[in-house]
Amino acid sequence: MTIICLFILYAPLVVVTIYSFNASESITTWGGMSLRWYVDIFVGPESAKFQQAAINSFSIAIIAATVATAIATAAATAIVRGGKYRLRGPSLGLISLPIMVPEIVLAVATLIFFNSIGFTRGYMTILTAHTAFCIPFAYLPIQARMQGIEDTYEHAAMDLYATKTQAFRRILFPLMMPGIISGFLLAFIVSLDDFIITNFVKGAGIETLPTAIFGSVKQGLKPNIMAISTLLLGLSVVMVTISYFVSKSDNTK
Amino acid sequence: MAGGAASGGSAASDTYAKARHWLLMPSWMVLGFFVLMPVCLMVIYSFLTKEFRGGVIWEPTLAAYDQFFFDRGLFGDSDPTLQWTYLSIFWRSIWQAGLATILSLLIGFPTAYYIATRPASTRALWVFLITIPYWVNLLIRTVSMKFLLRDEGPMNDFLINIGLIGEPLQIINTNLAVQLGLFYSYLPFMVLPIYASVERYNFTMSEAAADLYATKFTTLRRIVLPAVKPGVIAGCILVFVPSLGAFLAPDLLGGAKNFMIGSLIEEQFKGNAGNWPFGAAASMVLLSMVIVILLIFAGQQRRAGAEQ
Repeated sequence: MTIICLFILYAPLVVVTIYSFNASESITTWGGMSLRWYVDIFVGPESAKFQQAAINSFSIAIIAATVATAIATAAATAIVRGGKYRLRGPSLGLISLPIMVPEIVLAVATLIFFNSIGFTRGYMTILTAHTAFCIPFAYLPIQARMQGIEDTYEHAAMDLYATKTQAFRRILFPLMMPGIISGFLLAFIVSLDDFIITNFVKGAGIETLPTAIFGSVKQGLKPNIMAISTLLLGLSVVMVTISYFVSKSDNTK
Repeated sequence: MAGGAASGGSAASDTYAKARHWLLMPSWMVLGFFVLMPVCLMVIYSFLTKEFRGGVIWEPTLAAYDQFFFDRGLFGDSDPTLQWTYLSIFWRSIWQAGLATILSLLIGFPTAYYIATRPASTRALWVFLITIPYWVNLLIRTVSMKFLLRDEGPMNDFLINIGLIGEPLQIINTNLAVQLGLFYSYLPFMVLPIYASVERYNFTMSEAAADLYATKFTTLRRIVLPAVKPGVIAGCILVFVPSLGAFLAPDLLGGAKNFMIGSLIEEQFKGNAGNWPFGAAASMVLLSMVIVILLIFAGQQRRAGAEQ
């Protein structure tokens, strides 16, 4: 059964990967091995469009994930190391809000919001929306990590006359690093992955990779889409592998 | 995804108690401004009057909800009767999401059970293999599914070649394709929570049941299933909730005939319908449904926690 499950999960991805190396013009017939569609996405007629989309996607994902991770780290410190207080519950609720609300509802709300405050839709609207909904994804691994760290380390540091800032910077922060890296990677992937919210808040003329791929697929499946998909797929696998090894490394011992 | 951050954990140390409000400020500002406020604004929008092609007029009305639930005839003057145009789209979404959930439970449960009963050394690897597809772009996975299921796609080719079928199966643009797409999109969400709860299960209980002459099936039904029920429920919610509001699978795999809530909402903002208050109202109905499901779930979890 597990084999069936893994087969189902991987079969479509493997098939697309294989067909991305198809030399044939059509997506149906097999014309032998070739890298022509990979060449096509870098120098072909649509390459400029995809390159711009890739630049947008990656710059948004890097900025949004970085900001979200910083915000999430601060929030996790306040929630895990801030004692008991009234705002703690509501703060957690607010942080988990973007993953509780269905994505399409969040997309509608964000579009309405930007529209009513008169923000022109474009790069900045995508970036702010992404930063906001990436926060919970960055937060979860960071919180999990911080809960696993005994506060004895910081107390030991402060007994030795370290200030709280020093204890955070020199002790807690390095110990939290695996959680922070996982949080960043998850936020990065989630931002890079997002289609629905981006599609709503992007203005005319600006595309990210998912919206560019979607637009292209709407006109019919083409072999160059398979090549882009395979590249993105490879990227995801690399990132999840990094995250796997980072979270396995336990630096508290 | 539901309830992920709901518990802050019990390790409440207070080293940074003095700075806590400063530390929370950025998240309050960003999430308050770009998530909470937009959702509130959406609630308001659903009660406003529509303007031709997008936008609203600031006049309170129930027209959007009225249009959703009632039919007032061609000229809007006959007695309101319950109408099915939109309700049936909702009903179909629930139905599709439900079937996708059942399908992933059927495949996901045995998988999770199998993984949780492997030796500890290989378990992490199995979980890793299940996780990878979740990290792959949802759009790419949906496109892959479309490619695979096409009339002249690899799956039909294969089935024809081995002589199982003579004519290609028409799967794409049917309800089945949407269900398969949703099932495929969210299957890892089913496996992971079930795995977590089976892993916690104490297998000496099964041995005790066997010693008392319970058959394997009885043990599963009376001992294992009640113990892992919270994980199963969590998995079902994690598949059902995103399936309900899904847009990509119905749009790319289902075609125009197999509209779901997500497509209906999208149509109001990006498509030709251009009725923002109506889109906001439809989003509100979807959101309310999800909130009800999550509340029931939270109640169940609390009861399960109290029993232990």
